[in-house]
Amino acid sequence: MSTVTPQLDLTPEERAALQARSAAGRAAINAKKKLTSPWASFVAVVLAFLWTVPTFGLLVTSFRPELAIKTSGWWTFFANPETTLDNYKAVLSTEGSSGLGAYFVNSFVIVIPAVIIPICLAILAAYAFAWIDFRGRNALFVAVFALQIVPIQVTLIPLLTLYVDAGLAGTFWTIWLSHSIFALPLAIFILHNFMKEIPKELIEAARMDGAGHVKILFRVLLPLMKPAIAAFGIFQFLWVWNDLLVALTFAGGGTAVAPITVGLANLSGTRDTAWHLLSAGSFVAIIVPVVVFIALQRYFVRGLLAGGLKG
Amino acid sequence: MDIATKFLTMALAILIFVAVVGVILFIAGRSERTSGKRVAFLFLLPTAIMLTVGLLYPAVRTIFYSFFDAAGTSFIGLGNYETIFGSAEQLIVLRNTAIWVLITPFVATAIGLLYAILVDGARGEGPAKALIFLPMAISFVAASVIWKFVYAFRPDQPNVNQIGLLNQILVWVGLPPQQFLISTPFNTLFLIVVMIWIQAGFAMTILSASIKAIPDDVIEAARLDGVNPFEMFRFVTLPAIRPSVVVVMTTISIATLKVFDIVRTMTGGQFDTSVVANEFYSQSFRSDNQGLGAALAVLLFVLVVPIVVYNVHQLRASEAR
Repeated sequence: MSTVTPQLDLTPEERAALQARSAAGRAAINAKKKLTSPWASFVAVVLAFLWTVPTFGLLVTSFRPELAIKTSGWWTFFANPETTLDNYKAVLSTEGSSGLGAYFVNSFVIVIPAVIIPICLAILAAYAFAWIDFRGRNALFVAVFALQIVPIQVTLIPLLTLYVDAGLAGTFWTIWLSHSIFALPLAIFILHNFMKEIPKELIEAARMDGAGHVKILFRVLLPLMKPAIAAFGIFQFLWVWNDLLVALTFAGGGTAVAPITVGLANLSGTRDTAWHLLSAGSFVAIIVPVVVFIALQRYFVRGLLAGGLKG
Repeated sequence: MDIATKFLTMALAILIFVAVVGVILFIAGRSERTSGKRVAFLFLLPTAIMLTVGLLYPAVRTIFYSFFDAAGTSFIGLGNYETIFGSAEQLIVLRNTAIWVLITPFVATAIGLLYAILVDGARGEGPAKALIFLPMAISFVAASVIWKFVYAFRPDQPNVNQIGLLNQILVWVGLPPQQFLISTPFNTLFLIVVMIWIQAGFAMTILSASIKAIPDDVIEAARLDGVNPFEMFRFVTLPAIRPSVVVVMTTISIATLKVFDIVRTMTGGQFDTSVVANEFYSQSFRSDNQGLGAALAVLLFVLVVPIVVYNVHQLRASEAR
């Protein structure tokens, strides 16, 4: 830049101002290429409104007293604001039929191993597929890839039978193992694709230095794989946290092992007019994935695209 | 079990697992000088065991039992499939599944695409997109509860206030409140709304990324030719993002075929709202009809395969370009 305009000796402030102006210019061009009618903005605002109001209504409801919820709509809250935390106290308690506290704890106990186990196993398998030569490698990899299309419904009853035979029925093990199994094909696929993109020279240089496979995996590949692991990790976290089918099948409905989704679904089935509990319970279930999602959003889109086939 | 015990069990599980991986790495580290094959074998062993026992064997067994009766004891040939395609009850399930799959991908993709175009480059684009996208992060169960509240119904009596927003709107415009989740056949449509609400954000995110990837000079050239916004969309944007549109629609179709949580949470499959994935659960675990449940799972499998194959094909094609 200094060679093109040698006469311009800008102070940092001036340079920043220039850059800001050129950024503004670009934004103006961007703005022009859109449908610039006020209708476009109007439609966008209406859509955003429609998408937000249902959640907002339930959020407001979760802070209203039970009697107010039963006798008037949540929109009257703004004319007559009455707030309470009783609903949250009720759903977070671990006692009574309305308490979701135990389910909430179970969700954490379920989700942590169900994310860690498939990631570690998939790293090993993806490394073998990507960087070790052996006979039948491609056929085996295609087979693992193809397993992604098996709907989990097809596996549930035989798996349950196996768990019963192994004496694992009704324990956390059934859910940890099931989620790990269902996650493996996708995890291997994502991590393999990522490992393949790492330059061959890097691996060969390490090999020249006398590093074996284990060392290469830990010293060379793992530090580079953070984005891929995060992409899969967040996808798997949301998937396990939000899952209902696997949990219902293997955990049953009791508070011993079942996660918050099961607790909330039960509450919705048995007390479907208890909106003071349902509203607060929903937000207890929602808050964790939303926080994780917002914190790791940029990794999520990648995982989402790759993970569209799962389920 | 109290909280401490639960977390101890979890720690134990992770420890056991770390030990297994440690042993594998240790043996692999010892043997890797001599043979890469042994390392590959060790690295793939846990995966191979889990996928064979946990996916392959159960899938084969389920296909096998789909030809057996409710108790899984006597062979009845195609009997379960005849029930699915022959009984009035099951035909409603098939009809509902068809409605779900015909409506959801198109509407969700259309709304996602429209919104992506409307907010592209606008001020506050990030937060505006987050509003539409957040439903993706929450569970189908929570989303169902949110919408159940929108549809909540109170009897139409003078001193009873509506607490569901949709019925209140009906009352405001002078119409009687409706039992949205009970009145067939439109209740299925009100369930589909929930799925669209969730999936539009997915469509919007993927398509927005795809729109941003269109080279600026292509758009500039089109503008110099004097195209209007609709021509721009029809002849520049749409052809450029076509592969992404296909991927988004097929992905939503697969998710829709397997929809279970929404139906179960909102109606439990009652009032003629059941779909294949929900019927699978009811038959397998509520009615103890193992054979019919297995046949429904196999049907789901058969319906998903062509969409997935097409999706993979499209992904390959779009990557090859």
